[in-house]
Amino acid sequence: MNIPFTKHTLANGLDVLLHEDHSCPIIAVNIWYHVGSKNETPGHTGFAHLFEHLMFEGSEHHDSGFFQPLQAAGASLNGSTSADRTNYWEVVPSGALELALWMESDRMGYLLPALTQQKFSNQRDVVLNERRQNYENRPYGLASMAMLAALFPPDHPYHWTTIGEVADLQAAKLDEVQQFFRRYYHPANASIALAGDIDQEAALALVRAYFEPIEAGALVEPVRAAASIDAERRVLLEDRVELPRLYIAWLTPPMFEAGDADLDLATDLLANGKTSRLYKRLVYEERIATDVSASQNSREIAGFVQLAATAAPGHTLVELERVIMEEIARLAAEGPTVDELARGRVHSETQFVLRLQTVGGFGGKSDQLNAYNVLLGDADFFERDLARYQQATAPSLQDAVARYLVPGRRITMSVVPRGRIDLAIPDSTLVSVS
Amino acid sequence: MTTPPIIGVDRSRLPDSRSVPRFTFPAVQKSVLENGLRVWSVRHDGVPLIGFLLIVKRGAADDPPGKEGLAAITADMLDEGTGVWSAIEVHKEIARIGAQFDIDIGADATLVGLTALSRFAGQGLELLASVAARPTLAEADFVRVRQLRLNRLIQLRDMAGVVADRAFARLLYGDSPYGHTPLGSETSLTALTVDDVRAFHARLLRPDAATLIAVGDCDHDTIRQLAGSAFGAWTPGAEPAPDGRDTIARPARLNIVPRAGAPQSELRVGHVAVARSTPDYHALVAANMVLGGQYVSRINMNLRADKGITYGAGTSFDFRRRPGPFTLKASVDSRATATAIHESMLEIAAIRGERPVSADELAVGVAALTRGYARNFETSDQIARAVAQLALYDLPDDYYSLFVPRVESLTPEEVMAAAARHLDPDRLTTLVVGDEAAFGQDLARLNLGAPAIVSADSI
Repeated sequence: MNIPFTKHTLANGLDVLLHEDHSCPIIAVNIWYHVGSKNETPGHTGFAHLFEHLMFEGSEHHDSGFFQPLQAAGASLNGSTSADRTNYWEVVPSGALELALWMESDRMGYLLPALTQQKFSNQRDVVLNERRQNYENRPYGLASMAMLAALFPPDHPYHWTTIGEVADLQAAKLDEVQQFFRRYYHPANASIALAGDIDQEAALALVRAYFEPIEAGALVEPVRAAASIDAERRVLLEDRVELPRLYIAWLTPPMFEAGDADLDLATDLLANGKTSRLYKRLVYEERIATDVSASQNSREIAGFVQLAATAAPGHTLVELERVIMEEIARLAAEGPTVDELARGRVHSETQFVLRLQTVGGFGGKSDQLNAYNVLLGDADFFERDLARYQQATAPSLQDAVARYLVPGRRITMSVVPRGRIDLAIPDSTLVSVS
Repeated sequence: MTTPPIIGVDRSRLPDSRSVPRFTFPAVQKSVLENGLRVWSVRHDGVPLIGFLLIVKRGAADDPPGKEGLAAITADMLDEGTGVWSAIEVHKEIARIGAQFDIDIGADATLVGLTALSRFAGQGLELLASVAARPTLAEADFVRVRQLRLNRLIQLRDMAGVVADRAFARLLYGDSPYGHTPLGSETSLTALTVDDVRAFHARLLRPDAATLIAVGDCDHDTIRQLAGSAFGAWTPGAEPAPDGRDTIARPARLNIVPRAGAPQSELRVGHVAVARSTPDYHALVAANMVLGGQYVSRINMNLRADKGITYGAGTSFDFRRRPGPFTLKASVDSRATATAIHESMLEIAAIRGERPVSADELAVGVAALTRGYARNFETSDQIARAVAQLALYDLPDDYYSLFVPRVESLTPEEVMAAAARHLDPDRLTTLVVGDEAAFGQDLARLNLGAPAIVSADSI
């Protein structure tokens, strides 16, 4: 089980990944630029994501909306920005591959001549509205910002979220956008994957024709930063919510490193779904929480496990914290059961097979090839990725929990209704996010 | 690989696309069990997965008056224990085969889905049948699940979009079957009993109103046999008579749910429109693409691209078994609330003919609907949900194969005429969930009369 592909690196450094699948007459075009909010600096946050918006506003030879011609050709398309990377994709009918390549190469090679102050100001307003909609006007929407700020020191590139600070967005200047483009948006910092109804030779010829004339830029140095937590820190955030929620987070290994897959499996058996230990205790038996969930957030430089549980009316975050820490201690001391481990294995096998169903879009085969290529430098990693989960053992999982989910090295954050800081875990420091 | 041919790149114009091969929906094979359960399957090879989807044509619109939320809590109770298994044990069984399991409830239907590796087809179908046809429906589980739903309702008070959806359904439909979302209200949930749930399950979630759909690495005879042994013993109780509610009070033109300090206004503009069975279906789908159904639609271009006052605005006709709503949704900068309402109403009125749909504009919408049509049927889950639409709305088997030619044949005149028949600017109702202090004074210039204040607690 894998995603067969060929890889070609053009003279300008652009990686090209090609995967044939003729089951549906569509082609996925997927481009990753190895730039995300981790490449920003304090005072200039939100830039990578704001830039992603500008990529849809036209380029030199097609100086109008990016969506129109592609939607008219029957494409679906989108883009997204994370801490580590920015991706753009189209899924087009087989006959519209050249159109997608024309459009993507035009904005890779010729964006700046079409970038005006007016487009810039307008998209900044759209982003400020995105921020209001998805963070400020959403219950618990500011918790992720507060947690990242608590987990990582102010100069660490994971200290801020991709949406950025309002003041930084308002202060952003057009010439910074131009510098940002020149530094990060060029072939040597990008990877393009085509998956679906292609003829590899013809597809490669088209990619060469459209992308090879674009000049390489300077290589982007990897971002390096360190973070550590040596004690428990308790913070509290007031928000427009009805029920208090407890977040607990720990620093963990980066993506693909030892412990990463074990912690993925461990968070599932601890807190995800009705079979999880914490759902059973908190929601099903003791009924002191309304929900519980956890995840290992794997990133390039560092990872973090975040666990969240909401108190049922009449119950306190202190009660939740006690049960959560008990169950983590038990898992660290005893490890998973044989049944839990077996369920984790078949679950990951199913999840990986499900990932083979689509050629494009977020998480489709083209996106996966680019993820492995950009983040690992090895696009041929699907099977080995699954093997990380299949080969996890009771001792390896237990060891990862004992080593990383340490009670005295965590952030404990209470999110409480405005004016009710008495509902927080005692001795918490009030924090705010702008 | 040989030396690639030299391809000239012409950046003076966009390249043309080649034509799209005609799309044909895969064959649906059909059987009926003795209890009336329809068993439909579609072969979809490639990935060793099988997807099962059970759709029962009963949903939140079947909630009896005063028992809003009953269909949804019944659906929620299905996986809370069956036979000797507790809720936790049911999910352990599902997890032991690594399956994805989900329950969906809508106004018109209840859906239970299970997707698993093909080698677990038999076990997966047994599990699906156990939860759907033979749930325990115990009192203690009911009390716990109801409390979780009540807690959920408390949390949803803070979600502006959900507050808007619930209030808008109520405004448009009053006490009639579509006048509430599946969740129900705190009052109605509190009044429910486990006997209500048992009765709803026995009398409404019935095999003769259900279709089991299987899509994947499977053949029909095997699926029919498996379904026969898994579902054969499922028998329905007597169905209650329809209560015939259909009176709808006319709401105020302008309504506000106050939300002090909200950075954005959550906006809904719409009215009761049309059922899925309308002969204007294709024309309305195309009209909606032009108006607000895609990124490049008139409304999104106006409010997002031109004015920058929203992250996105869109419209939809919710085609249902009975006339569903037409709704414009947007979350807009609070200070621009009146502008957004004004522009939205102008755009809705204009598409009826005042600003004619041009041939080019229609071509973009039609192309978006047709040229990429095949990608809607890539995964087994997409195909299963498409087949479920055939079952729910009594559509013919060739519906999907005929969709593209039918839409391609539409003219701007047909599209505008359909919009004129089913969109009525004078009947549009507007709801704002937001901070009146930021926009209250601007609303007077809309000439929609004094706003009615809707209390969030009354929803």
